[in-house]
Amino acid sequence: MLLKIAALLMKPGAKMAMLAFALVFPFLAANEYQVYVMATAFIWAIAVYGLNIITGYCGQLNLAHGGFFAIGAYTLGLLTADYGWSFWPAFVGALVMTAVLGFLVGVVSLRLKEHYFAIFTLCVGFIIYLLLDKWEELTHGAIGVRDIAAPYGFGLVDFTDTTPFYYLVLGFLVLAMWFISRLSKSLLGRTFIAIRNGDELAESLGINLMRNKVLAFVLSTTYAGLAGALYAGMVRFIGPEEANINHTFDMITYLLVGGIGTLSGPLLGTLGLVWITQSLQFLEEYRMIIFGPLLVVLVIFFPRGIVGSFLTWIHRKSQALVPEGKRKDSKVTPTKEAENNA
Amino acid sequence: MLKVDNLTKMFGGLAAVSNVSVEFEANKVNAIIGPNGAGKSTFFNLIAGAHKPTSGTILLDGKDVTNLPCDQIARLGVGRTFQTTNLFEQATVLDNLIVGHRLRTRSGLWDVLVNSRRLQAEERACREKAREALDFVGLSHVENRFIADITQEERKRVAFALALATDPKILLLDEPAAGVNPEETEGLADLMRKMINHGLTVCLIEHKMGMIMGIADKIMVLDHGEKIAEGTPEQVSNDAAVIEAYLGGDEDAAA
Repeated sequence: MLLKIAALLMKPGAKMAMLAFALVFPFLAANEYQVYVMATAFIWAIAVYGLNIITGYCGQLNLAHGGFFAIGAYTLGLLTADYGWSFWPAFVGALVMTAVLGFLVGVVSLRLKEHYFAIFTLCVGFIIYLLLDKWEELTHGAIGVRDIAAPYGFGLVDFTDTTPFYYLVLGFLVLAMWFISRLSKSLLGRTFIAIRNGDELAESLGINLMRNKVLAFVLSTTYAGLAGALYAGMVRFIGPEEANINHTFDMITYLLVGGIGTLSGPLLGTLGLVWITQSLQFLEEYRMIIFGPLLVVLVIFFPRGIVGSFLTWIHRKSQALVPEGKRKDSKVTPTKEAENNA
Repeated sequence: MLKVDNLTKMFGGLAAVSNVSVEFEANKVNAIIGPNGAGKSTFFNLIAGAHKPTSGTILLDGKDVTNLPCDQIARLGVGRTFQTTNLFEQATVLDNLIVGHRLRTRSGLWDVLVNSRRLQAEERACREKAREALDFVGLSHVENRFIADITQEERKRVAFALALATDPKILLLDEPAAGVNPEETEGLADLMRKMINHGLTVCLIEHKMGMIMGIADKIMVLDHGEKIAEGTPEQVSNDAAVIEAYLGGDEDAAA
């Protein structure tokens, strides 16, 4: 029974059902605020997908991710508020800016390995915060950036409304997920995973570590920039706090809960935790009393997160169901086998 | 095939490998033995480009590869296995092997974005290569199992298959038979013979003397980073310096 449900979840139809739900969500929501929360969750999910590229697939714990999110937001904010750019050119500018800065930071920081890299990027993230906070001539310092342009809809839609903006973000999320799903199955994604398994082994397989790590890093910072730019376009007022390290740790938590290095984990983790956070709003800071132990339990018993553990479980089940003789040379995917045998 | 001249590697003041010259012949099993800390793994790391030598030269088929980085040496046909192979435990055997042939492909980010014909063709080629390598090591029946669910000996074979998928000319095997039982050790030795029969050159570090003596065409003995003996298994096993290095060099033993 359980396996039947599981097999159902693995079908392509499940994706379509989720997308359909996302499309009708604004009509099901009790109020505009819920749509707003969902749109915010989608934006975070895009950023978490970026983190999943460098940390989940490539295995490099990047703690500057929140910093790049803020750079994306600030680039869009400053270009539209101070330099008179309209939204879409500034949006492209934000992507280019985070990609270029990601390249520069990546080239330097990826010379370091493992926790040294993590510590270095932690510092990079803090430097980004300090620059946003102290470089007042450029960033307005602690006052933040006001009057950020909203995306214009070419006369067709008005993105200052919550619901159209929700669909815009949903569109970008789908695009972001589509690219990741293509990437993760490709040779390039496999190259990243080989690096995660170990630098030494990857090099012995002829993989150029630096080039691939920098590419993964730039992709991840561009995702962060995309999320940041959308965020700035939605809230239209940003401050240095966007670069707060807590954002990075939130994203890592979403990633761990959902399933690091999986396709649907970042989405599931982000949506789940954002809504749980919302519903525990009344507990204020005390909600950490619930979150902390929950996270510890999860990391101990489900180190690969909800999605990772689920996939492992279903694979084992399907392998156990196939008789030894049939298992040989079987070119059927595990899912198919599970369906046939369930 | 592989010619090493006066190779030296200093770690600070310590010579991990000191003035080693040796020539490994093509299509043979060349073994490196020596007590723990003799510099065997360092020697492999130097050949594979993981460490830069302090001095000396390494020639692969007459081409100087001394200061080339790891990935380029791999592309020139040096395959490698490690004492422990970290694979993706929660992925299938086949999935772990597909990347092995990556170094013979060229697809980049753009190919991924547009799902180019080149990418599709290369992914097919990599998958075929992985299956071929898996078949070579006799593990086709576990291709859909998770790495976490296969035996230690099967892991060793998967590591071989991964190295084989790179299309190497020479394979550097670091203690391939460590941690497997005698019967399985024999199976791995057979696999090495199969590699030789298929035109490959094998170079291995091993502590299991029974296996080495049975399989090696040529043995080099390292001790404290220096080459103390070289020759056929018979020559090496009767060498006084080798016996001293292994059994300890006090007067009684030497006498």
